Amino acid sequence: MNKIKRSVGDRAFDTFNIILQIAIAIVMIYPMLYVLFASFSDPMAFVAHKGVLWHSIGFTFNSYKAAFENPMLLKGYSNTLFVLVFGVTVNIIMTICGAYFLSRKNVKYQKIISIYIIITMFLNGGMIPFYFVVKSVGLENSLWSLILPTAVNTFNLMILRVAFASVPDSLEESAKLDGANHLTIMLRIVLPVSKASIAVIVLYYAVANWNAWFNAMLFLIDRPKYPLQLVLREILINNDTSSMTGGAEVGELEFVGETIKYAIIIISTLPILCLYPFIQKYFTKGVMIGAVKG
Amino acid sequence: MQNIDRGFAGMKKEFKKNGVLYLIVLPVIIYYFIFHYMPLYGLLMAFQDFSPRRGIMGSEWVGLTHFINFFKSPDCARIVTNTLRISLSCLLFEFPAPIIMAILINELNGKYFKRTIQTISYLPHFISLVVICGMIKTFVEADGIIGGVFSQITGNGSSMLSQSKMFLPIYVISNIWQSMGWESIIYLAALMNIDPQLYEAADIDGAGKLAKIWKITLPSIAMTIVTMFILRVGKIMSVGYEKIILLYNPAIYDKSDVISSFVFRIGFTNQNWSYSAAIGLFNSVVNMILLLVTNTISKKMTDTGLW
Repeated sequence: MNKIKRSVGDRAFDTFNIILQIAIAIVMIYPMLYVLFASFSDPMAFVAHKGVLWHSIGFTFNSYKAAFENPMLLKGYSNTLFVLVFGVTVNIIMTICGAYFLSRKNVKYQKIISIYIIITMFLNGGMIPFYFVVKSVGLENSLWSLILPTAVNTFNLMILRVAFASVPDSLEESAKLDGANHLTIMLRIVLPVSKASIAVIVLYYAVANWNAWFNAMLFLIDRPKYPLQLVLREILINNDTSSMTGGAEVGELEFVGETIKYAIIIISTLPILCLYPFIQKYFTKGVMIGAVKG
Repeated sequence: MQNIDRGFAGMKKEFKKNGVLYLIVLPVIIYYFIFHYMPLYGLLMAFQDFSPRRGIMGSEWVGLTHFINFFKSPDCARIVTNTLRISLSCLLFEFPAPIIMAILINELNGKYFKRTIQTISYLPHFISLVVICGMIKTFVEADGIIGGVFSQITGNGSSMLSQSKMFLPIYVISNIWQSMGWESIIYLAALMNIDPQLYEAADIDGAGKLAKIWKITLPSIAMTIVTMFILRVGKIMSVGYEKIILLYNPAIYDKSDVISSFVFRIGFTNQNWSYSAAIGLFNSVVNMILLLVTNTISKKMTDTGLW
């Protein structure tokens, strides 16, 4: 009797859990779907519509056309690509160098250098002194101000250190017997063995570079240098669609401005949304490595 | 042997042995020096009347004037209160969300269903903050999908973001929405390490699911929860400025302006560099103390600490 009662309780729990999880999943994904539907909607009809959308109202590419006509958006895209390519390259080379050094055994000054690095996670000068340092090294108004000041992320460095340290000693020992030096061991053994972890870190850096906007706002002066996120900020946050709707008729202008925003969100988020399902498991793996380290 | 390893000779020997290694790490050391240690030196400006033209060396020293001015100003109470209110609300609502999420996901049976739920719940983490805030702004406008419903209920026909009292719920709920799934990963990782035998034993004893969660699952991930909690409490006086700056506007400064956003405005809008740096320094010192205190308390009580 008792047993049946319990399993009823468990079944109720399971049912409740499944319903709750589905509800959460809908809440998580619906905002993006709404944006997607809105971006394909007819601007006039969309503005007149109230409430929930389950499909686009009408179907038109007009918002996308208008969005792509904006030179700032494409310029922003290309600036972001520049930062992404060079930024991630600098990031990963520097992080590998640091992680390799920290993961070696029997290195005399390793401890002190490790403290020197880790202390910066707890102590920092804050926004204002940081701004003046970047300015004083001559990076102001250069796209490199989005790359060099964030060259190493200490968390990522620690994750990669753990990965490098877990490469079996036996592999290195045999290479050492063959007379390999540190550079050879790093390039021929440690890096190939840690390929998966490096991929995770590359992805982390790529997302960070893609999403960054604050430093760009601080350091960039010329608008043509703005990365995508800063352009998005002008349009989505400061509500400045004036540059977007140049060609439209006056009455229509306001309406197109509304759906263009949604098209722009889709255009700017699409790369990550398309890649996401395939790379998701690598991201999670990174968190796991970090967690093991504790 | 001992003697040879010490002092200059030891150094020379070490560089001879591991020279390449130090060469490899040199760019990293230089990077940390320039972008992490030089700003620490720059903090001296908090005790000066700093002028960018004269630099740290040439500016006049004023001691603790900026700190005293800050504590006396009405802004102090306002931004400290706002910071605490926002971060305590996050601690109360945002912190438990991923824990509950992880436990519930862990209880799901279907492998594919589980994976789909996880994939979807991580997604918001990857959308850029600018886009998230843009979406929030559009949704809570008076004719937006959320703001529309809200204005019909309350009869207030303005954007929810122009109403001071709505800022906190908007901030906290959107935070939960964006981070709940992603932050549950760390707890899911901890859950995977639980010995299945514990559950089998509980089954034999006839424990129900809720009892198992309460008696086995929660105690098993308690260490992880405590560690995350310390990290969180250590940050209680720092609410990230990026999201605040993207969402707030002068009409709701009374409830939405936090220490970091204030530092940003005093510095970059008013160009009051020293005052701004002083407030930033005060904030970091408080954060440091909080971290040390929570870590010590936690070590005493649970034997779990960050170091």
